[in-house]
Parts: sequence; structure tokens; C-alpha cells
Amino acid sequence: MTPPDMELQTASVAPSNVLPVDVFDEPVPRRTPGRGPLSTGRKYSNIFRASLKERMAYRGDFLLGTILRFLPMVTTILLWRAVYAGSGQPIQAGFDYSEMIAYLLLVHISRMFSSMPNLAGGIARDIREGTLKRYLIQPFDMIGYLISYRVAHKVAYIVTSALPYGLLFFLCRGYFQTFPDATTFAAYMLSLVLAFLVGFFFEVCVGMVGFWFLEVTSLLYIVMTLNFFISGQMLPLDLLPEPWVTILKWLPFQYMAYFPAVVFLGKVTGMELVRGLLAEAAWAVGFMILGRFLYRLGLRRYSAFGG
Amino acid sequence: MPIIRAEGLTKTYRVTQKQDGLLGAFKGLYRREYKEVRAVGDVSFSIEPGEMVAFLGPNGAGKTTTLKMLSGLIYPTSGSAEVLGFVPWRRDDAFRRQFSLVMGQKNQLWWPPPAADSFQLHREIYSLPKADFDRTLAELTELLGVEKLTRQAVRELSLGERMKMELIAALLHQPRLLLLDEPTIGLDVVAQVAIQKCLRDYHARRGVTMLLTSHYMRDIEALCDRVLVITHGTLVYDGPLSGITGMFGLSKLVRLQFAEGIPDDVDRFGEVTRREGPTVDLKVERSKVAEVLAAILDLHAVDDVSVTDPPLEQTIARVFQEGRPTHDAA
Repeated sequence: MTPPDMELQTASVAPSNVLPVDVFDEPVPRRTPGRGPLSTGRKYSNIFRASLKERMAYRGDFLLGTILRFLPMVTTILLWRAVYAGSGQPIQAGFDYSEMIAYLLLVHISRMFSSMPNLAGGIARDIREGTLKRYLIQPFDMIGYLISYRVAHKVAYIVTSALPYGLLFFLCRGYFQTFPDATTFAAYMLSLVLAFLVGFFFEVCVGMVGFWFLEVTSLLYIVMTLNFFISGQMLPLDLLPEPWVTILKWLPFQYMAYFPAVVFLGKVTGMELVRGLLAEAAWAVGFMILGRFLYRLGLRRYSAFGG
Repeated sequence: MPIIRAEGLTKTYRVTQKQDGLLGAFKGLYRREYKEVRAVGDVSFSIEPGEMVAFLGPNGAGKTTTLKMLSGLIYPTSGSAEVLGFVPWRRDDAFRRQFSLVMGQKNQLWWPPPAADSFQLHREIYSLPKADFDRTLAELTELLGVEKLTRQAVRELSLGERMKMELIAALLHQPRLLLLDEPTIGLDVVAQVAIQKCLRDYHARRGVTMLLTSHYMRDIEALCDRVLVITHGTLVYDGPLSGITGMFGLSKLVRLQFAEGIPDDVDRFGEVTRREGPTVDLKVERSKVAEVLAAILDLHAVDDVSVTDPPLEQTIARVFQEGRPTHDAA
């Protein structure tokens, strides 16, 4: 993990004794601080650009990671082939064999948008170790910064993994019987963007728990493990017995994996699709508000207790 | 109009009392006992623009807590403060653009890559115009003599070099107020002097207001004319440095290790404060240190010798608890 542009400096570092005469002579007029949504937007978009540059430095790492991620897929395909062959039923809970494999591939795309490695843990660590201070002392907002950074991270990730993903989906093209029409595809894209927002703000909320508990590692572990199952990452939610299917479809977790995948497969259409997208957006907004609220509450506590 | 005005600042922490043993740990699960700890009590002072003021006091006296309140990190239990015309703990952006807090033990350069990248991020955070930023950065790196280091990964820098980077980051947005918490802690003398020099030059040129905490008398002598002495959370002295240098600086501690045991007449050289094996601590008047050392070295074989200031904690305790001094400028 050596930064690529690391240079070894051998020059001596004696502080210069001679001060240039004009170093600080000229008073700089005080800038009018940037105000309004436009300049704020520019600030965070600049943070986004800087983060993107940083992320792209590690593209080799990404490429390898992406390829390795798909190795377990081979096992999954073989497993489901055996399940379908063994049961003697060509359709399980509305999914035929090739749809099932397509679903499990598509879930990876959903997670590409909704998974947030180290987000909640990072927030909790900032709180625990006091590095949270930087957001309090400097004129920028923690959540605003984190989302700029995360979007950059995701863009870099998606760009770098386009090639291996493209190759994989090309190899697996046989499992996709039809490609969605333009409207469905647009809805799919929207559901992915919303999946990012749901995932992001959900983890922000989880991270804020760090204000009240010093150690959140085990909580994070439980949440992530549970999420793997109830978001439909392991298998389509429809395969579960009632009342679980109904319950899980009322919860926000399905939007982080299951929902975008079934939209792509054309299993959700018409009013049901609109309702689903609206619910997904509502969860994103809900977690956003909750995250803000917890942050404010947490800061009040933090400022009273220590800092 | 003062740039900092603190009135009756008080901060009380509620600390969880841990109970001993396993049983105690279980009890703590459902019922906790708290103890109130007063970190800062009724501290009032004001600082005018352009002043360079030192907060002096032993560890745990409340220096850092006061700085945290003034920078808006924590809010006081009671009392009020106005910094740059703002209530600090409301954390207005306009307030945050105009000051910097540098903590000697904590860092703000948070990306593993070179400091230059962190400086770019600071530019974005403070929305600094590129031309201004480039010029200020060039000036600061030159002032500190670190032009060659900004492209190097931060973790490869020495502690002193890292502190210089911190200082650059803190000054990039040209703050009107600089709060420094132990800026030279853990640094060797060369680096300490370099930091002091930078702060002094910067102050001379920009007239920025500085409030710094330190428990090194040397920092304070090098930088500040005015001193606030705080001990056990209470402000015990507010006045010119000259008013207390006498009390603090009258004597030096000379530690000698004799090769052939402590001579009997050692106490004629100074007051013996400690005697242990072949080692003796002598309190010697500052102006006489050279003379006394020469005399001793002339007469006796000495293995080791060191000259230090008496510990600040003791001096403060002695000076301010025996005879409570008056507030000169309060």
C-alpha cells in the first residue's frame, strides 16, 4: 500500500534562517465567506473531486478485489443447479433456474451501490478517538463531507469494475432471457441511486450510536450479518415462508439488494413499481432525517461530556 | 473590542465511578454512580486583538478545557464567552472560518498521502481562492523551511516536521485567532525553537491574536508578554510575564552525580533539595549557576551534571498557594 507518488527525500531539512522580507507584508483583504447553496455545492463537489483523485490511485487493488469477489459465484451456480435438479420443479417461488442465477448476479450490482464499507465504523471511530473535532472546528459538515467522499468512492469503484463486471455478465448472458425495456431500465437506475442513499443514511444512523456506546463493533457485526440475509442478498425474499416475506417487504433492507434486482428482472411493474420507488425514496429521506437528528443529539451530548 | 471575552466560564464533568471487582462491574450495568469533577471554575479574562497570551499551568489544570470551550468543542456548565464576536459553541461557519485550533497531541492532517493533498482539502473546506491559497502556502512552507517535504507521506515525517505541517494547515485560511494547545509537546529543542520562531514571525507580520497553552516556560518566554496562570481550574494570575518570571525563574535545579560520594560541604553551594546515593539536587540562584558549577567541577570529580528549571507544577503550587497573588490586569 505504498502511495505511488512517494518520493524519498534526502535533502537536509534545516529551517531557513533568512526570512524573505515580503512574506506577510501585504495584508490580504478578508474574503467574503462563501454563502448560499451554490457555493456550498461547489465546496462539496470539490471535495468530491479531490476524493476521486485519491481513490483512483488504488485502481489496481480494485481490479483484483472485484475479480476475487466473483469466485464464490461459481459455487453458487453449481449449488442452485443441484437444488433445481433435485426438487424436480422448474420454478421456485416465481423464479426459474436462469432467473435465479440472474438474480444472484444482479444482487451484486445492488450491493455495489448500497454497501458502505467502513462508514458506520468510521463515524464511531471518529467519535471515540476524538477526530470528530475536525468537523466541529472547521467550516464543513460531517455528513456532507462523508457523502461527497462516498459518492467519489463509488464512482471510482464502478468505473474501475466496469470491465470485470462487463466480462462476467457477458459470460453469464445465457441466464438473462430478456433485457429490460427503456422504462424498466430507467426505473432500475433510479432504484440503484436510491439504494445508495438508503444504504448511506442507514449506516450513518448506525454510526451515530457511537455517541452513546464506546464500542460498536459487535453491533455493526450483527447489523451487517442480519442485513446480508434480510436484504435478499443470499436468496430472493420470495423464497421465505409467510409472514416473513410480508414483514421483510415492509422493512427498508430489501432496497439495498432485493428490490433493484427484481425491478431489472421485470417482476415489479406498473403501480407496484411506482409504489416501490416511492417507498424507497421515503426510506432514504427518513434515514436522512433520523441521521441528522441523532447527529445533533449526539453532538449535544459530546459537547457536554468531553470532546 | 476584545477578541476573546470569557466571563465566569465553568465546566463540570460528570465522571462514571467504576466500582471495583466483578460484582461491581455487574452493578455498574444497571446502576451507575457519578462524580462531579470541576475542570474549570469561574474563569474570566479578555484578550485584545493582536495580543499573544499564554495559558500556563500544570497538567490537568484546566488549560485545554478552557481552549475547548473557546473553540466551541464543548459548552460550559455555566458562564459565557464571546470569541470574534460569536458564541463559540454555536459553531457558526463565519466563526469557524476565522480561527484555528492546533493541538500538539492531535493532528488534523488526515489523509495518509502527502501533506500537500491535505492542504488542498483545506482549500476546499475553507473555499479559498486558488491564487491566495498558492501564495499563502508558498510563504508558509518557506517560512518553516519545509518546501521539500509537502509531497512526502505524512507518516514518514518526523514529529517536528509533522507539527510544522499542522501549523501550515492551521494558517492557510489566515485566521484572525490562533488557539494552540501544547504546540511544542514532545519536540526536541531544535524543533521547539523552530516552531516558536515561526509563531513569532507570523505574529509580527500579521498581528494575529494567539492564545497558547504550554507547560514549558521556554515557549512562554519566547512568545508571550502576558500570562494567565491557571491551577486546579482557577485563574490565579493574569498579568505581564515580567510579573512572574521573578517567582518562577529565580532558581535552577542543578543535579550532580559525584564520582567519589557527595562532599560534606556541598550545601555551601546551594540549598540541597534531594540526596540519593552519589546524586544530589541543588537549588542554585539563576545568576550564580555558572560560577557554582565551575567551583564544584574544579574541586570534585563529577560523573554527570544537569541544569533544569524546577518543575513548573511545584513552582506554581508554591508561588500561588503560599501567598495568593493579586490579579494585575483583571
